[in-house]
Amino acid sequence: MIEVSGLRKSYRTRRGRKATTVEAVRGVDFSVQRGEIFGFLGPNGAGKSTTLKMLATLLRPDGGEASIAGADLRRDPGQVRERIGFVAQSSGTYDHSTGRRDLILEARMYGESRSTAQELAAGVIKAFQLEDFVDRQIKTYSGGQRRRLDVALGVIHSPQVIFLDEPTAGLDPPSRARMWQEVRRLRDQGMTVFLTTHYLDEADTLCDRVSIIDSGLIVAEGTPSDLKREISGDVVIVDLAAPDTAGAPEPAIVLDASKVLAEQPYVESCETIEHTLRLYVDSAATAIPQIMRALNGKGIEPGAIETRRPSLDDVFLAKTGRTLAD
Amino acid sequence: MKLLRDTWLIFQYEVTLQVRNPVNVAITLIQPITYLLLFTPFLKAVMHAPTYSEAFQIYVPSLFAAMGVFSGMFAGFTLLGAIRQGVVTRCRVTPVSRVSLLLGRVLMHILLIGFQGIIVTIAAVVLGLRVQPGNFLFALVLLGLMVLLSVSIGYGLALLVPNESSLVTLTNSIAQPVSLLAGVLIPLTVAPLWVRNVADWNPFAWGTNAMRSIFEGNIGASVVWQATLIMGVVALVTVVLTSRLFSRETA
Repeated sequence: MIEVSGLRKSYRTRRGRKATTVEAVRGVDFSVQRGEIFGFLGPNGAGKSTTLKMLATLLRPDGGEASIAGADLRRDPGQVRERIGFVAQSSGTYDHSTGRRDLILEARMYGESRSTAQELAAGVIKAFQLEDFVDRQIKTYSGGQRRRLDVALGVIHSPQVIFLDEPTAGLDPPSRARMWQEVRRLRDQGMTVFLTTHYLDEADTLCDRVSIIDSGLIVAEGTPSDLKREISGDVVIVDLAAPDTAGAPEPAIVLDASKVLAEQPYVESCETIEHTLRLYVDSAATAIPQIMRALNGKGIEPGAIETRRPSLDDVFLAKTGRTLAD
Repeated sequence: MKLLRDTWLIFQYEVTLQVRNPVNVAITLIQPITYLLLFTPFLKAVMHAPTYSEAFQIYVPSLFAAMGVFSGMFAGFTLLGAIRQGVVTRCRVTPVSRVSLLLGRVLMHILLIGFQGIIVTIAAVVLGLRVQPGNFLFALVLLGLMVLLSVSIGYGLALLVPNESSLVTLTNSIAQPVSLLAGVLIPLTVAPLWVRNVADWNPFAWGTNAMRSIFEGNIGASVVWQATLIMGVVALVTVVLTSRLFSRETA
């Protein structure tokens, strides 16, 4: 449904008199299948929004090819616009308008007649359960209500592909759950959903497949479970801060501990994040006693040890050497 | 055809929002009415106008020009607001005509300022102005052309300088000389020769002079057709330039 190869975009920014070129997207490739929820995951500034804006015809790519729902992005952006919906990160509505007025405008911008537009508006108002507030001024809506209106606006013309830029950013947990439900409903109706997010749990539970972008390049692509399986075994997190003191441990201790643990044969890799060490091991159950022994041998007393299954954050850390949460 | 339909669609939408906000519309009337009431007596004395009707014939066209220049150029802030709220982005991902997104909004400003012009004229008529309805309608057409030009300039500036505080300074430093050199306070007829020579290059000055001729009942004066032609051509060029600026980066 979406085929992207070698898509590139750079910006020229001027700070003072010095002009620099920022390569926001440095050649990304991915494909999205019909009827799947595809998550585009990455930290802020990784090139997520730039890629999304190019696919939504808002920015012209510098290079590369993309086809969306059978239309060529560079040669025929008009056809792309007919077939996609796009929901930006910030709402695209005037505070003093009403939801219904904007829904009707939206349908009419896709060329529908006034009466068809009213019917389409009534349809999405029902589907997204906007009845209670849709005729009030938009400035009175809660964050979740506003976001639901935004998505309703994006899909009023039943596009084949819907692009959602950070659909749950800033929402409280119940509104997020509600939004996930709506996104799944769109997928179940046969729509292809492309969303960006920097929430790992969102990518994990909502997306059928994810692509991880960092510094303008795709570093991993696959289903969340496949990606996590690539990180074999378990994750053991060793916190070197002593539990009874608030202060962080000496940097030398952290360095010592990471050195000794990285040398252990059962540790596949070891990453340091401030005063915690993240160890990737085959089995946490057998590794923990050996870790304790190795640390005690150096006279280091860990404050806490916990263990868990690998998360997408571990995938991200393994691919980029940084955590997404930073 | 699509261009007309889409322009009408955006125009309707923007106008409805304005009409739903009558307080804002009323606020824009305070300044012109204040000037009408308090500045006309000064002008009557300075210009040695024998009656208030004649003083209004001089001043109402000036007010039209002032509204045309200032309200028009400051319309850039409305566009900036729409861009900030993401409304423009949301419209740009739909197949709606790019030029219509601009023209629909420009027409909304023309309607609003035209409405102000009508209210101001009604107030002046109540106070003693005499003007032929037909002549008045033609003056409104000229006002519309003037607003078309100034809004395109205002939108162009907002697109070039998308930063509110710099835009205030920039817009003011353009709108002030342009309006003074259009004779919005004191008619250019009493200005020194060099000022009149400079003003010959100001399309807004042509518009003001033409409107003044019309209000004086002299619609056949050559300045009227000349001003219509000059403002029409300049407005067209500006609209084209601004729409290109507006649709830059989008296909």
